[in-house]
Amino acid sequence: MELAAQTFRVTRADLVRYAGASGDFNPIHWSDRVATKVGLPGVIAHGMFTMALVGRAVTEWAGSLDAVVEYGVRFTRPVVVPDDDQGTEIEVTARVREVTEDGLTRLEVTATCLGEKVLSQARATIRTAR
Amino acid sequence: MPLDPSFVGRTYPPTAPYQVGREKIREFASAIGATDPAHHDPEAAQALGHPDVVAPPTFPVIVTMAASSQIIEDPALGVDYSRLVHGDQRFAYTRPVFAGDELVCTNTIEDVSTRGGHGFLTTRTDVSTVGGEPVVAVWARYVIRGEA
Repeated sequence: MELAAQTFRVTRADLVRYAGASGDFNPIHWSDRVATKVGLPGVIAHGMFTMALVGRAVTEWAGSLDAVVEYGVRFTRPVVVPDDDQGTEIEVTARVREVTEDGLTRLEVTATCLGEKVLSQARATIRTAR
Repeated sequence: MPLDPSFVGRTYPPTAPYQVGREKIREFASAIGATDPAHHDPEAAQALGHPDVVAPPTFPVIVTMAASSQIIEDPALGVDYSRLVHGDQRFAYTRPVFAGDELVCTNTIEDVSTRGGHGFLTTRTDVSTVGGEPVVAVWARYVIRGEA
């Protein structure tokens, strides 16, 4: 079963706000100078910001804030965020891999930016909605 | 310099308690665009049976990332922070984090290896309340890029 796709727009302002809220002030998330110096195409989103947005999608699908039992991802490709008003967009989809007898639903999640996967092995286990 | 594999299995002393504030949960939820009232309004959270506002699933990383400096900045392990890349992240929840929690982290090094010139470090952080109630277990895997 496929779950309804959710999209999240990400701008530089979002990264600055996430840096402040999370305490992750690594300059590759706000300075093109530093990002390009370490070989990145430009400022990239915090992996944990992408994971947080995907987490929003997962809780939305779960229908409850305390339904997530397990959630894990591998960061495979950076989300480059241009310094303009549009930023970029992350699209999140998921399919149900398994519904267990003890009331758990296992999701396989896909997150893409500009058509390329930015996460792999993105999986969440949620309590099956009753 | 390769990471020392003898660190596998090492557990560090528990960190000082982190006091989870209601405003911090609101700030974090707002920063990720999470608008569910239970993240923001204690009454909405209590109506669902929670003691106070509920943190989003990745909120614990605020606490565990600060706690993991115990490992990453351990001079005996010798991680070169400038070459550190976050590879994987996983959470296994006993329950969500709520405002009012006082959380303690216990860090363990689960794996250290070197392959293809790159170092790999897997850490597990057990997050519990000061009273010893388990809340969430958090794994992070880091790649320490080798010198090309």
